[in-house]
Amino acid sequence: MLAMLLRRLFLGLVTVWIVSMIIFAGVEMLPGDSCTAFLEREAKGKLLENCREAQGLNRPAAERYFDWATSAARGDLGISANGEKSIAELVGDRLGNSLLLAACSLALGVPLAIFLGVVTGLWRDRPVDLAVSTLAIFAMTIPEFVSATVLILVFSVWLGWLPGIVLTSASAPASEFFPEIILPVLVLTMVMTAHILRMVRSSVIEVMAGDYIQMATLKGVPYWRIVFWHALPNALLPAINVVALTIAWLLGGVVVIEVVFNYPGLGRMMIDAISDRDLPVVQAIALIVATVYVCVNLSADILTMFANPRLRTLHMRRG
Amino acid sequence: MTGPLIDIRNISVGFTGKSSATLPVLRNIDLKVNAGESIGIVGESGSGKSTLALAAMGYLKSGLRLMEGSVAFQGQDMFARTRTELEQIRGGELALIPQNSGQSLTPTLRIGAQLVEALRLHADVPEAQYSAKAIELLGQVRLPDPAAIMTRFPHELSGGQQQRAAIGMALAGEPTALLLDEPTTGLDVTTQAHILELLRDIARDRGMAMVYVSHDLGAIARVCDRVVVMYAGEVVLEGSTRQVLKTPIHPYARGLLASIPRLSDPRLPVALDGRPPAPGGAGQGCSFIDRCALAQDGCRTSRPDLERLPSGEAVRCFHYQEAHQLSLTGSGAIPASLDGASPSALHLDYLAISYRRPGLYDKVLGRDSAGVPTVDGIEITVAKGETLGLVGESGSGKSTILKAIAGLLPPSGGKITVAGGQALAPEVEHRSPDHLRKIQLIFQNPDDSLNPRQTIAQILEQPLKLYFGLTGDALHQRSAEILDRVRLGAHYLDRLPSQLSGGEKQRVAIARAFAAEPDLVLCDEVTSALDVSVQAAVLDLLNDLKATQGTTYVFVSHDLAVVRALSDRVAVLYQGRLCELGPSADVYAMPSHPYTEVLLGAVLEPDPDTAPTLSADDVVELSPPAQGCPFQRRCPRKIGRICDTDTPPWQQGVKDHTIKCHHSIADLAAAQAEGAAGQRA
Repeated sequence: MLAMLLRRLFLGLVTVWIVSMIIFAGVEMLPGDSCTAFLEREAKGKLLENCREAQGLNRPAAERYFDWATSAARGDLGISANGEKSIAELVGDRLGNSLLLAACSLALGVPLAIFLGVVTGLWRDRPVDLAVSTLAIFAMTIPEFVSATVLILVFSVWLGWLPGIVLTSASAPASEFFPEIILPVLVLTMVMTAHILRMVRSSVIEVMAGDYIQMATLKGVPYWRIVFWHALPNALLPAINVVALTIAWLLGGVVVIEVVFNYPGLGRMMIDAISDRDLPVVQAIALIVATVYVCVNLSADILTMFANPRLRTLHMRRG
Repeated sequence: MTGPLIDIRNISVGFTGKSSATLPVLRNIDLKVNAGESIGIVGESGSGKSTLALAAMGYLKSGLRLMEGSVAFQGQDMFARTRTELEQIRGGELALIPQNSGQSLTPTLRIGAQLVEALRLHADVPEAQYSAKAIELLGQVRLPDPAAIMTRFPHELSGGQQQRAAIGMALAGEPTALLLDEPTTGLDVTTQAHILELLRDIARDRGMAMVYVSHDLGAIARVCDRVVVMYAGEVVLEGSTRQVLKTPIHPYARGLLASIPRLSDPRLPVALDGRPPAPGGAGQGCSFIDRCALAQDGCRTSRPDLERLPSGEAVRCFHYQEAHQLSLTGSGAIPASLDGASPSALHLDYLAISYRRPGLYDKVLGRDSAGVPTVDGIEITVAKGETLGLVGESGSGKSTILKAIAGLLPPSGGKITVAGGQALAPEVEHRSPDHLRKIQLIFQNPDDSLNPRQTIAQILEQPLKLYFGLTGDALHQRSAEILDRVRLGAHYLDRLPSQLSGGEKQRVAIARAFAAEPDLVLCDEVTSALDVSVQAAVLDLLNDLKATQGTTYVFVSHDLAVVRALSDRVAVLYQGRLCELGPSADVYAMPSHPYTEVLLGAVLEPDPDTAPTLSADDVVELSPPAQGCPFQRRCPRKIGRICDTDTPPWQQGVKDHTIKCHHSIADLAAAQAEGAAGQRA
């Protein structure tokens, strides 16, 4: 069991390491560097050379990768190319904001998705299932920026209930993001709920058709006890991995929503850094997002293993 | 209470088909079960026997509905009761033992939790005693170390243990009637025999009624007082077990009995041609008419009623008085066998196979991880045109050996050579096209081995293109010829596997193997997924192909009677080691290896006058012992320390019959003759 955990952890570290090399190589292959971006039209001759020397850009790539990787491992992500500010500090605020957005959306979306998934699964093909499933398909297929714009139009422009854009500064404490955060959370919740609920629905349907549910029925177990005691622990196992993917998506992939609502999260910072050619920041964010993906998936696998007796004993026996 | 415990009156159950017509699965069934009585319901897949048993609990699978009739338990209509009332009865007075306990126990709940749940719902026991009572129940179903079993999850138990746990759960509510839906299907012979004895004892001790649903007439013969034979959703014959199994008066029952291969009869069983009508497919007449040898014009126009006879039997046939003309036992073909010496077609030279491969960690630590190989020391020569049967329980390594011969699982030691002394490459990728063509494998389940998206033509054309480069008309003509050889017409070429019955699919799988014109055909449980009447036809086909093509078979099955019907020589395996090898007549007769003796003793014949001999328990061993005899832990004739430490020698019997045992042949013969005499006394 422990050996298996250590093995997975080791593989996770290797993944992050390989990703860091790909990120570095990718940035390296881009034409130009932070000096050409910083100096703009002056980027030639002596001035460019001086800048590169000052930032250490004239050293061999392998050496620079090694420096970057070792300091990143220590938590030092370097200095932003234009502002002389520590990237760790810049990113720290943004990561906190992204976590806030993700946490709110998850707290709202996951329970809702599981509830609706179970309801639609149990009342399959009944009106409630048809209504919820149709809505879910809409929520999944309408592009996020469209639903975001519609919500802004309705709740902030017409009704005037909620602010349609986030004006709080990136470094403000979490409490100041209310009520501005509500609309972005709603949009994210819609999309993720739809995904998770469809998965939960099909899983519930599959489990409820199983032999052990028929057996429980013929053993005289009351219906709701069958649902909560026999069916759901099995039906919800696959949901763990979908939730994990959703978390990873919320922390790194919600660029569009952040841009539409002007939300100061990681995704928008990435877009800004790319357009500013602030390559150290781009590298740092890419690395953070990759690490989050690895961590979240690892935790999901471990959690699934603990929740599924079959997998648990399998690994126990192996030692 | 007077009257029957379970009273099923004239029920018909159906589902709504594509054409929105209601298609019946059960038609006008009457069934009465008295308290303490044990009734068997027999039929092939699709006959509606499970549906009938579940209907007795007031339960129909989703999509089915009750069209007419009533089901009463203890005088009360089960389909008129509320959900709460049904929950009270189900698992309480009326309990079910399911077909596949592995899938019928909730995987996320411990055995203890599931038993306690049954007790909480139905038993009259104070809460503090639940766990003590649960342990007591597990002890009653003869599970070793019940307290430990309580904390296990279902997947941590063997198939036999799961089935026992399910029986324990059914007993929690102290039922007056037990419904058993194929409770021993899929279990090893020894496990099956033990479970049946357990059920007999429990039913007798508690005076429980049993409704035992099975396709296995041997199990029915052992457990039931009365038997109901179902065909196409109807009861066609009902009577005492003796009447139905010894002198059946319905043509279908006679055909069914004749299609069962028997240990005592070396002849091939007789196939029952044709297939039962699909639900709603039976015409106005008798539903068995298309397969009946006694059918006359009258049978086509009107449907016979279930006629009750003074003898206590009931039969649905106009011509039951002529049924005795139909043979009950194998007038089937004598198995084709080779005469005289023949060159070797396959030689296994101390074959050893290990599933565990050394992992990265083992290599780093220099650990020897291979441990005891799963299969070891297999030394067999198969002559050209000969059929070698491999028998043994699950885990005996019989399928593993087939996979190694086919190249799907490289052996960890030893050699495989084919005709002419050429050694086969261990991995299938490294074998020459000629070797690949010469060795063909037929799998157990044609549903898994035939690509569902390819037509039969596409399936058959693959080997023809690959090995013979046929194209165009020649290809088509050859495919049709091959289909004809397995007794399917050319009109099957355009069909998809899903449009074929189980037996037809297995014929296509056989045709595909024979399309390569192989020297050696490996058959892995090829009839296990089929109904007996279909199984007989497939055995007949394999025997025919052997006679006409001179093919060599290695035939693997857990069913000893099936192996006997087809094999010239038989090898008995336990835990991946050879126990006994010889001509089938000698292996199936005494003297034999103690393990063979245990296996043969546990086989149930469809004859109420026979009883199994249970000489060893049915413990499942996960890995073979590191030294000594592989059967040392279960052997009823164990000598002592020598069995634990020394690999037994081959004891030479008559001709090439050999037994791997520390006992000499003479000792075994004497001991087994004494045992047989003791049985008779």
